[in-house]
Amino acid sequence: MIGSQPVSPRPIGGRHRLRRMIYRPEFGALLAALVVYGFFAWGTRGNGFVTLNGTASWMNSTAELGILAVPVALLLIGGEFDLSIGAMVGMTSIILAAGTTHYELPIGISILIAVLVGAAVGLINGFTTVKTGLPSFIVTLGMMMAILGTSLGLARTLVGSPIVSLNTEGFFESLFASRWRQFNVSILWWFAVAALATWVLARTRTGNWILATGGDTQAAREAGVPTDRVKIGLFVAVSLGAVLVGVIQALEFNSGDVSRGTAFIFNTIIASVIGGVLLRGGYGSAVGAVLGATTFGVVSVGIFYTGWETDWAQLFLGVLLFAAVLANSFFRKLALSR
Amino acid sequence: MTEHQASEHVHEVLPPILELQSITKRFDNVLALHDVSMQINPGEVHCLLGDNGAGKSTLIKIFSGVHQQTSGNMCLEGASISFANPREARDRGIATVHQGTGVLPLMSVARNFFVGSEPTRGKGVLRRMDMAEARRVSLEQIQALGIRRVEDADQLVGTLSGGERQALAISRALYFGARVLILDEPTAALGVREAQTVLKLIRRVRHRGVAVVLVTHNAYHALAVGDRFTILIHGEAADSFVQGERTREEVLNLMAGGEELEDLQLELEEIDAEFTPSA
Repeated sequence: MIGSQPVSPRPIGGRHRLRRMIYRPEFGALLAALVVYGFFAWGTRGNGFVTLNGTASWMNSTAELGILAVPVALLLIGGEFDLSIGAMVGMTSIILAAGTTHYELPIGISILIAVLVGAAVGLINGFTTVKTGLPSFIVTLGMMMAILGTSLGLARTLVGSPIVSLNTEGFFESLFASRWRQFNVSILWWFAVAALATWVLARTRTGNWILATGGDTQAAREAGVPTDRVKIGLFVAVSLGAVLVGVIQALEFNSGDVSRGTAFIFNTIIASVIGGVLLRGGYGSAVGAVLGATTFGVVSVGIFYTGWETDWAQLFLGVLLFAAVLANSFFRKLALSR
Repeated sequence: MTEHQASEHVHEVLPPILELQSITKRFDNVLALHDVSMQINPGEVHCLLGDNGAGKSTLIKIFSGVHQQTSGNMCLEGASISFANPREARDRGIATVHQGTGVLPLMSVARNFFVGSEPTRGKGVLRRMDMAEARRVSLEQIQALGIRRVEDADQLVGTLSGGERQALAISRALYFGARVLILDEPTAALGVREAQTVLKLIRRVRHRGVAVVLVTHNAYHALAVGDRFTILIHGEAADSFVQGERTREEVLNLMAGGEELEDLQLELEEIDAEFTPSA
């Protein structure tokens, strides 16, 4: 009878397990992270890069990038860009600083307002992109300008300066800006965000929908995937990630700064791409973004320990990005040719 | 009971699952289909043959709810029906697999199979895709179509051949309840061996009692697996017959429009004459 033949999946042996690992999207990123870490650990030996404090230093730098790189990776996998995240980080810090300093609101209320604004920005980005069919690159570029303008206008009107100071103590301070030795609590936030994103992408049906939507929106829609909802949800997630980073930075630096987040726009995309996320969507992992951010953080901080001019860090990152993309493309072809 | 006997049995007893009665489709001033009638029976492969532009695509788009006929009647299991959109047609068990097949090359076989209808387990925030089930079912269903080379549900669909991707798309449609399977040029982009793979799996699908509509302009492939044939020329059903009633030459002639083929023969001879050195 048809269909009754026993199905025998390939036995999984040790060698097979290794091959399967090579086929994963983040394999190139794992190699990159290990090579780069090894390079700086060996190249700067004796300078304290591998000590507890040195480790805290690159992990702190990586954590804030990583918190945002993880949702950005999911959005890229879903086939869209968001250039407004940097401005959203800045706006969050302004909302917190102006809210607590100027309006004397409790910090919790200011954070709530920032979360609501972030969610609204994500919804607008998402709806505009799926309803107009315009490239999200353009939609969010417009949003970036709009947010920057609004934050700047607000800060100048309320306080008379684009940088607003802020002082908090207590629960929210420890939740977002406490430290253990030199390690910031943001590292825990990073791990939490990464774990959540990994769960969603690899284990839930939403994850399957994200991969399908980014792989081929038309095919996914025909198969019954609510692609519009998937994309809008991803825009909101990214925007909320920006709010989280904005809150952490505002409480850490005790100030709000309109232009603080600008570096995140491209650095999160670089981290994702180093992490094996395909820029045109449909392929990648959250773990990849974590490894990509780690590589990025190790390079930017490690360069200080070499004693070289830090001007060279950008060059190093540029070459690294190129090498990582070549490696990822190689491993992806390998996975497609077995 | 052997598969052959099973099919004979199905032939005789079951009424048509889908029937077109005098379907006409007009786009503005263009008459795409004129007075086309045909019957789609369970356990039969009904080949829809014709040149490019003969109206094959328009016809299957009416079946699958993309277009609605201008006049005429469509019956599903004897009851008059009209589909507002492809979703309605699919919900009633009419599935279309296109040449591109709508599979996602960078996702695994198991994930592709269940896109949009993922099996889950657990409740609330712990609700997750049942990957073990997805792997098991997808392999089982694809292998049931005779595709034995696909044995790892985690391999990316991009690693599959064209025929294997068709098998994935077809087994997915059947698993989710297709009773009428419309295959749009399934062998057009394939090499000889791959095309044979697809023809064999069409035969298996037919033996399961599914009604297959095979759209093709390859008369060899059609005659190899077809039970019933309709030839469309300029939007009209120029001929319809069952397996064995026409020779391959007759079919090829019909598809090319008969006279046109004879004209071609004459023109070719004229070209030959130009190149023959005159005595």
